[in-house]
Amino acid sequence: MPFEIIRKQELVPTIYLMDISAPRIAKKAEPGQFVILRINGKGERIPLTIADFDRKKGIINMIFQAVGKTTMHLSTLKAGEELLDFIGPLGNPAHIQKEGTVIMVGGGVGVAPIFPQARAFKEAGNKVISIIGARSANLLLWEDKMKAVSDELYITTDDGTKGHHGFVTDIVKKLLESGTKIDRVVAIGPPVMMRAVAGVTKPFDVKTIVSLNSIMVDGTGMCGACRVLVGNETKFACVDGPEFDAHLVDFTLLMNRLSMYQPEEKLALEKYKCEREGCTC
Amino acid sequence: MLERQKMPEQDPKVRRTNFKEVALGFTEKQAIDEAARCLQCKKPKCVEGCPVEVKIPVFIKHIANGDFDSAIKEIKVDNALPAICGRVCPQETQCEASCILNKKGTSVSIGRLERFVADMEKDHGTREKPHSSGKKVAIVGSGPAGLTAAADLAKTGHSVTIFEALHAAGGVLTYGIPEFRLPKKIVETDVEYVKKLGVTLLLDSVIGKLETVDDLLMQFDAVFLGTGAGLPVFLNIDGENLNGVYSANEFLTRVNLMKSFLFPDHDTPIRKGKNVVVVGGGNVAMDSARCALRLGADNVTIVYRRGEKELPARAEEIEHAKEEGIKFRLLTNPVRIIGDAKNWVTHIECINMYLCEPDGSGRCKPMPLAGSEHRIEADVIIIAIGTSPNPLVPRTTGGLEITKQGTVVARKDGATTKTGVYAGGDAVTGSATVISAMGAGKKAARAIDEYLKNMPVA
Ligand SMILES: Cc1cc2nc3c(=O)[nH]c(=O)nc-3n(C[C@H](O)[C@H](O)[C@H](O)COP(=O)(O)OP(=O)(O)OC[C@H]3O[C@@H](n4cnc5c(N)ncnc54)[C@H](O)[C@@H]3O)c2cc1C
Ligand SMILES: Cc1cc2nc3c(=O)[nH]c(=O)nc-3n(C[C@H](O)[C@H](O)[C@H](O)COP(=O)(O)OP(=O)(O)OC[C@H]3O[C@@H](n4cnc5c(N)ncnc54)[C@H](O)[C@@H]3O)c2cc1C
Ligand code: SF4
Ligand code: SF4
Ligand code: FES
Repeated sequence: MPFEIIRKQELVPTIYLMDISAPRIAKKAEPGQFVILRINGKGERIPLTIADFDRKKGIINMIFQAVGKTTMHLSTLKAGEELLDFIGPLGNPAHIQKEGTVIMVGGGVGVAPIFPQARAFKEAGNKVISIIGARSANLLLWEDKMKAVSDELYITTDDGTKGHHGFVTDIVKKLLESGTKIDRVVAIGPPVMMRAVAGVTKPFDVKTIVSLNSIMVDGTGMCGACRVLVGNETKFACVDGPEFDAHLVDFTLLMNRLSMYQPEEKLALEKYKCEREGCTC
Repeated sequence: MLERQKMPEQDPKVRRTNFKEVALGFTEKQAIDEAARCLQCKKPKCVEGCPVEVKIPVFIKHIANGDFDSAIKEIKVDNALPAICGRVCPQETQCEASCILNKKGTSVSIGRLERFVADMEKDHGTREKPHSSGKKVAIVGSGPAGLTAAADLAKTGHSVTIFEALHAAGGVLTYGIPEFRLPKKIVETDVEYVKKLGVTLLLDSVIGKLETVDDLLMQFDAVFLGTGAGLPVFLNIDGENLNGVYSANEFLTRVNLMKSFLFPDHDTPIRKGKNVVVVGGGNVAMDSARCALRLGADNVTIVYRRGEKELPARAEEIEHAKEEGIKFRLLTNPVRIIGDAKNWVTHIECINMYLCEPDGSGRCKPMPLAGSEHRIEADVIIIAIGTSPNPLVPRTTGGLEITKQGTVVARKDGATTKTGVYAGGDAVTGSATVISAMGAGKKAARAIDEYLKNMPVA
């Protein structure tokens, strides 16, 4: 059952938007959930967050960064082409209710999954303070969309080309220290960023939620590839998460496990690039 | 009397380096000779030993007469997946254990004969479509239980749709049992046969997420749950989350479903170990060990806490594993897994065990021998100590009674505590066998048919 690509667009260098026609999934999707896709019969199953969905049109929207073989291949596909497999909605929906004031932190491609949550928190009657960060101004995602659903929006770049020169955690810390009452923090981005946010909010005892991106295969709780340690208990991120209490997550283990296939990933990417450029190695 | 025919096999030295099928199958002459050994008992004990009661002497007689077509037709009355069962049934504890000749240890090779005629079959039977009953049944899971229930319900005229979570059908037959024991072509052929009966197969459909069982009940008249027992059990010892430690499910899924033995031609990677330790003694452990060997390991060791006699795997698999050079450390149990600074596994620490009086399961209880701790070097460890049912469906279905072990409570005929919902196979019994799952699918199909007959047409 192939799934048609409705739209593909490069948002900023290396980060792409893709809409897939998947009416059955769109009917059930909620913020915080993800899909697993496979491009073709030889392809790997990779998880991507459902960045947005349109129930009426039956469309699932994803934002992904081309980091390796599969995401790079995905970025070369065009509207009208098809994906072989598209499975979801997987994982638990985000817990969205009225908390009071919430800080939404999105780093890099993590801005995409933060957006529907920020919108939902806003609609649930919360005051939404958003902080989005990127390495550099040209890599910053969705400033306008985030602005539209936030009461306050802060921007940070590692190189100072836009907004605050530094990390998203600098702003989180400033807000917490300023005495503003914060009821919840949601942070999605690279594991190092999520760990840093958890470290900043911990002394203030503010409930902090992160979305874990461990390596997955089936996404249904069958293989245990995605296991993470939360509060010293082994959990399967695909069915028990992907969202967890940041203060209980063992981020070191997460990062170690994410590096499990580095040599193989490098090999796969080199082979892919080589084939695309038509060399004979 | 003729001797039991020997199965032609790939040489162990050769086959340990490839994923091609180990057992090559009888020749026509061998099959006819083997069939001639059957005494055609008036009260055939063998049939009682088969969970789906294949009419064994009848089909064997057809083979003896060289009429392979009639033989396969006869088998298919009771068993929709003979090419599979002939390969993976634990015959030595089922049909062949009950064969009268087994008293002398030379039972008829029923399974191999079943495999032979199934492989000979060219026409995989498109049947006339039966008269439509106007009733719709949803099957969750496409393992042997789901496929059998689907086939039987389609044959009685119901409109059947299978919902499968993965991107390929077959359940454990596809993602668990390796190519060298059960070629995927064979599973595909049998799945095609079920589809030809008119069954709709929807892959990539995770029930409990995409649709709940209650959603299905709005669109279908009955639901059968054949969701298996796919949740991996871990040892709960230190070091189990180190890089290089796999559940057998993950390891086998990468190898079989994702074809990582063909990496990088296929995209999914797998860690190829030099020194691989597999924990467990069942079919799953044997399959994991033999896959690891074929991926290129120098040493593969099976660590099992009981003795040789207690190994639950099929006799043939244990024998094959030994021939291929897999080492067995019996009466040994892991206590912790040790890693390096980069989170990679380096050793597994084990303790010797001894057996004392039988426990609840009737088997001897293994006890640790104090002071016998020792380490085995390992860069890949595969935990194959069992699975329990996946909670996805139970968690999202109201009114479905579940045991403490996570299995679905069902009567003998498959009826659950929820009206219109039936279940069978590993989801009900916990990990068992292909043929028992098929038997459960068959019984449930009969019960569902009864249930639907007593229901007014909408
Ligand atoms: C629940 C979840 C949601 C995600 N959402 C997004 C998203 O919205 N946008 C986005 O750009 N990325 C997302 N990711 C990460 C994305 O899945 C990986 O970037 C992708 O799998 C990389 O595959 P590759 O072949 O391109 O790169 P590779 O070279 O294979 O891998 C690059 C890195 O990605 C990680 N990775 C590799 N394989 C997998 C796998 N099967 N599952 C998970 N991670 C893997 C590893 O850390 C690896 O080092 C998500 C991951 C998870 C678990
Ligand atoms: C490695 C291994 C080797 C084995 N070797 C043998 C052997 O040699 N002989 C033997 O007789 N038995 C063997 N077994 C046991 C045998 O395979 C099982 O008992 C049998 O497959 C159970 O069948 P089932 O239909 O109940 O479940 P499964 O085969 O487990 O199939 C269940 C299916 O349901 C799907 N599913 C689960 N949840 C959902 C959901 N929520 N929505 C949609 N689909 C879902 C799964 O993806 C799966 O495809 C082996 C098992 C393993 C793991
Ligand atoms: S189905 Fe299995 S148990 Fe029954 S006769 Fe065939 S091999 Fe034997
Ligand atoms: S018990 Fe053995 S000898 Fe007798 S009918 Fe069955 S297979 Fe033949
Ligand atoms: S991805 Fe397999 S259990 Fe989570």
